[in-house]
Amino acid sequence: MENEPCLGCQVGDKWRKKRGSLIMALHEIQGVKGYVDWKDAMDLANTMGIPLARIYEVLTFYNFFKLVAPGKAVISVCTGTACYLKGNDKVLEKFKSELKIKEGESTPDHLFHLQCVRCVGCCGLAPVCVVNGKTYGRMTPEQVPAILNEWREVFKEA
Amino acid sequence: MVKLKIDNMDVEVAENTSILDAARQVQIEIPTLCKHPDVDPSAGCGMCIVKVNGRIMRSCCTPVSEGMEIITNDAELKEIRKTVLKLILSNHPNDCLNCSRSGQCELQEMTAEMGIDQNEIIKMLSQEPKDDTTGAIVLDPSKCIVCGRCVNICQNVQNVWALSYLHRGFVTKVTGANDTKLADSPCIKCGQCAAHCPTGAITDHDNTQKVFDLLSNKDYVTVVQIAPAVRVALGEEFGFEFGSNLTGKIYAALRRLGFAKVFDTNFGADLTIMEEASEFVKRFTSNDNLPMFTSCCPAWVDYIEKYYPENLENLSSCKSPHQMVGSIAKTYWAEKAGIDPSKVKVVSVMPCTAKKWEIGRDETMSSSGYKDVDEVITTRELAKMIKRAGINFKALKEEEADNPLGEYSGAATIFGVTGGVMTAALRSAYFFITGEELGELNFQAIEGLDAVKVAEVDIKGTKVRIAVVNGVGNVETVMEQINKAKAEGAELPYHFVEVMACPGGCIAGGGQPRVMGATFDKPWGINNEIRKLRSKGLNCEDECAKNRLSHKNESIKMLYQDYLGQPGGEKSHHLLHTKYVKRSLYK
Repeated sequence: MENEPCLGCQVGDKWRKKRGSLIMALHEIQGVKGYVDWKDAMDLANTMGIPLARIYEVLTFYNFFKLVAPGKAVISVCTGTACYLKGNDKVLEKFKSELKIKEGESTPDHLFHLQCVRCVGCCGLAPVCVVNGKTYGRMTPEQVPAILNEWREVFKEA
Repeated sequence: MVKLKIDNMDVEVAENTSILDAARQVQIEIPTLCKHPDVDPSAGCGMCIVKVNGRIMRSCCTPVSEGMEIITNDAELKEIRKTVLKLILSNHPNDCLNCSRSGQCELQEMTAEMGIDQNEIIKMLSQEPKDDTTGAIVLDPSKCIVCGRCVNICQNVQNVWALSYLHRGFVTKVTGANDTKLADSPCIKCGQCAAHCPTGAITDHDNTQKVFDLLSNKDYVTVVQIAPAVRVALGEEFGFEFGSNLTGKIYAALRRLGFAKVFDTNFGADLTIMEEASEFVKRFTSNDNLPMFTSCCPAWVDYIEKYYPENLENLSSCKSPHQMVGSIAKTYWAEKAGIDPSKVKVVSVMPCTAKKWEIGRDETMSSSGYKDVDEVITTRELAKMIKRAGINFKALKEEEADNPLGEYSGAATIFGVTGGVMTAALRSAYFFITGEELGELNFQAIEGLDAVKVAEVDIKGTKVRIAVVNGVGNVETVMEQINKAKAEGAELPYHFVEVMACPGGCIAGGGQPRVMGATFDKPWGINNEIRKLRSKGLNCEDECAKNRLSHKNESIKMLYQDYLGQPGGEKSHHLLHTKYVKRSLYK
């Protein structure tokens, strides 16, 4: 572990001389490992000379940044107007209770990540969920366990 | 100068004045919850809207310009402000009756003034737990209106960066990085956040009941001491003018509360000077670990341990005055009075929240074998105790402190104001070096509220370069100068540096009375005029004091003669000095 190159230090060192480049550095870290954790943020703080508190202000201000490793299967539940009115709130609740996580969180085994999105552009199929690019239309809460099992199988084979 | 009209009145103000400040010149107070004289405007709360040539704008962050026509208060503006406030209240609990800020709360007063007498918007309250991990200040997110004053003070004024925003929008929370608890954050417990909060979201960790319990426990001999800055601020809680020095009344109130002996931290300040000035003379003459930093301010000590651990050798090893009083009370005084020191309990009344943390900072805070100080309450908490005990403070007759731990010089009392510790130390250092007294006892260059004050003092041909810093955020430039000179092997810019963490010094500490708009004309909150008035209260006491020199305090002389021996001697070192460690910013 000790010989592993320090990502936060490398990225911080690259951006440290350029003012206002914290977001670029955070993008770069997330681009490499998929999320920015405490150690990355601390390494960035030390190399860039930016207070840790400011780094977390930026990290948590933007929805884009993730603080923990996201799940392999990213479940996007559309809560745009059409999907919401057609009952996707109940589908979302079902995902939450099945996976025992809240929106924006990942399961402890890092298999699933649950998030809400606003409109995926196929309102005719409302309510819609998308898992890793595969679209599920006219969703009902009853379909949720089958979808989860489908993706458990996908990653079991992998 | 810029000419404009505010509510049809002609106003002429300097360029770049905000509309909010310009309006004050014609006695118009525009309501605001986020703007405070100590911080730059953040345009956070939205209460201060006005009409500028018909357009609605925020007056705190809009500078005046020539010919502007401003309306500050018409029916539409009133209605919008009312709506903004209702929205702010929609996630603020109606806990006023159980809130320590009740009766002294900006939000509460504004709500009453705006005539909001019912909940029209369904409440969505935060369930976040309180953060009382520091034991000094308590952060209650459920009462936070996210005005941002505390974050602004912590980051931009104090440069501590313990507080920050987490998330955005409705769920924004004020907390440490990634929701770190304050005790695990860079927080130095200075309490400036609590002093600037407009609600009950940041308050002192309340020890009043603990002190009442000590007082009613007959097994203990509970003694008390008051810090210099307390005497010129407590009166505000009872309707006295800013800066009124009420030492005698406070002594009387403390006796009424039931303290067995009333001592004074000023005695400890004189003792500190004996130790610290001697330490400086020794280090200055042997060119050892210069510059020397003062160490009376626990928030500053915490700051240097966290932010400049490489400079710890520069910090004076002296404990702060109230720790010294505690240590001496449990040894010398207990012995003299024939009391078992385990039965002596020491309570400190301080203008400071960091002192609550200081009493347990390490084992040297118990070097007599007992905790130097058992409980710390702030000036605000003392006011509450006096009110709770039914004491008519205003009508009390003045009393004296108990000797020998009550005698003090003028040099001691100015410990509460920026520049005071340095002035007191130089008076005695001059005597220790030359054997003569200074002709002029004031050092004008280090008086006043400038962030960094520097001077060169001539001690019979030897030049001593000094710096005085108030507001710990201002220490960075001084540190950079010093560390640059050290690295280059150049001549040091300073030999002796005083630092007080709070802007203005202890007179404006985190535990001092809240300046209330309702009581003392608006605006709310501490400002530099009030800092000057409180400082004046202490400086006047020094000017009029019979003795203005720590080394001429007879009780101090007696203490050294009978008990301690020499300043910096073995016994002094054991009881009155401490040590420092590097502390990480985050645990």
